[in-house]
Amino acid sequence: MNSIQDRRQEYRSLFKQNVAKRLLIDKSVRIIVFSCVIIAIIPLGSILVEVFKNGLTAISIEFLTETPGSAGSGEGGIGPAIQGTLIIIGLSSMIGVPIGVMSGIFLSEYGDNALARFVRFFNDVFMEFPSIILGIFAFLIIVLVLGHFSVWAGAFALSLIMFPIVARTTEESLKMVPMTYREAGTALGLKKWVITFRIVISAAKSGMITGILLSVSRIGGETAPLIMTILGSSQFFSSMDTPMDALPLRIWRLSLLPYDSAQLQGWGAALVLIMIILGINLGIRYYFMNKKNRFIGQLIKQRRNATK
Amino acid sequence: MDKPNLNLKKRRVISDKVFKIGATVAGTYVLVIVVLIAFQLISESYPIWEKEGLSFITKTDWNAVEDRESFGALPYILGTLTTSAIAMMIGVPLSIGIAMFISDAPSKIGAPLGFLVELLAAVPSVIYGLWGLFVFRIYFRDWFETPLHNAFGDNVWLFSGNPYGLDILTASVILAIMIIPTVSAVSREIMKAVPQQQKEAAYMLGATKWEMFKLAIFPYSKTGLIGASILGLGRAVGETMAVTMLIGNATGIGAIPSSLFGPSQTMSSIIANEFVEASPASIHMPALIGIGLILLLIAIVINVIAHLLVTRMLKIKEGAINN
Repeated sequence: MNSIQDRRQEYRSLFKQNVAKRLLIDKSVRIIVFSCVIIAIIPLGSILVEVFKNGLTAISIEFLTETPGSAGSGEGGIGPAIQGTLIIIGLSSMIGVPIGVMSGIFLSEYGDNALARFVRFFNDVFMEFPSIILGIFAFLIIVLVLGHFSVWAGAFALSLIMFPIVARTTEESLKMVPMTYREAGTALGLKKWVITFRIVISAAKSGMITGILLSVSRIGGETAPLIMTILGSSQFFSSMDTPMDALPLRIWRLSLLPYDSAQLQGWGAALVLIMIILGINLGIRYYFMNKKNRFIGQLIKQRRNATK
Repeated sequence: MDKPNLNLKKRRVISDKVFKIGATVAGTYVLVIVVLIAFQLISESYPIWEKEGLSFITKTDWNAVEDRESFGALPYILGTLTTSAIAMMIGVPLSIGIAMFISDAPSKIGAPLGFLVELLAAVPSVIYGLWGLFVFRIYFRDWFETPLHNAFGDNVWLFSGNPYGLDILTASVILAIMIIPTVSAVSREIMKAVPQQQKEAAYMLGATKWEMFKLAIFPYSKTGLIGASILGLGRAVGETMAVTMLIGNATGIGAIPSSLFGPSQTMSSIIANEFVEASPASIHMPALIGIGLILLLIAIVINVIAHLLVTRMLKIKEGAINN
């Protein structure tokens, strides 16, 4: 009798110890995992705070519109860089978006064969190519052939970053359009390309626009491929065959100068760039997360994982 | 009732054929570009392979002076491998921790935190560089590197070399921050792909949350998590601007990584630094393009492996849901 109760007592204490230990481990893992999130968010917070704090002191109307002054004088601004970034985004979208959309149509509407699977795989791998390689490529086939730096070379290099992203988002959005839409079009006797452009794409429009905007925000911050294609300049855009400036390039060049005033201007340029890029990202999120288009919100998440 | 037979492929219209051809051409554009890039890099870097042969990969010289030109890629290959390896060591555990937290947290907390981590990916590389150069480097040098150097510098070779901030460790930590969003987002998707039954079975056995991860999630998603980490490695290897601004940009034999606090150079950063100054007529540019070719090969191998692992994992998920 006594011994049984003793044993019970013993088992109970062992059990308690075991559970206490396991719960302790569980709790410490929870704390570790949560601190991982905090550790990752600290740099983001610090970057935003520093960019806004330092950037705001640099920004003025003259800073946003004038050409850069002589190095280290602290005068002048980043007008040509802002203009150049807008031009290069426009041009690369002109090249990259149509190719990306058509490629997405191919993957979604004609995507049930070995070639499409092959293309899809290479699309994903190509998305991760080091961007500087694309810069070298554009340099070799455009700048070397023409014999001078060219805005087209920069736009071409960035379009290469852009089109796989657009292609994959387009594919995903088109696939979400129900098959019955296409069948309804066929029942009306429409041709396949009419069905695709008039029915499927208009139903999948918002997902595609999201993909395009995400790819724009990605190329807006690209620097490496621009170094060897548009080089950078301190003048406003004059022709397609001369070097041009862009915000990321200007930030890089300013950061290399040993003057405090240049550093400050660098922060100012960074503020403009980050406003453009975060503006696009937050805008997309705000717009789609609060709408009925929940699935597009999920789509953005998937795409963001895949793109950058 | 039979379903109506709507076999679209049977409709033969010329404009549709044109449409299909157009779409197919756009689809195969990516293959053409990949082939062209490989071809261009090989043919334009040919002079350096002709002059140095395979010893280009193992040599450490870097001399662009006319008539004494001699180039070797080894220091930069080592620089890339070292920085990426350190970045992985720091970034991957953090990312998996983040993925564990977010995949498990209620979506009201998890979704905004996940979005914040993903915003890290939206910050342009050059801004990481700027921040690293003027903010992070200073604190990191004064609070982390200098104490470590003072304590262990004389005995441990890893910590020798006077910390200046522009060194391998700083660049690697910034790289680690930059790969976190990729690795954590992909890992999270993969952890979510583990079938609910597996998790419930673990809970039913009386597992705590951590034990559930150990019993159900990790064994199931191992392959995918490795794939996610390799995806991060691919990103770290190709990253250019932030590294260029922080690694100290040594060349030649001085760029071989010797301590955590020494300057070095990666493949992408030497291209960014010297490409515009290199004359296409000399052998300097073929040498840089040759480095680009090596970088491309490494990136392709890494990414092909990563995508194979990740897609295999996510395919299992689809199968599980359909059944």
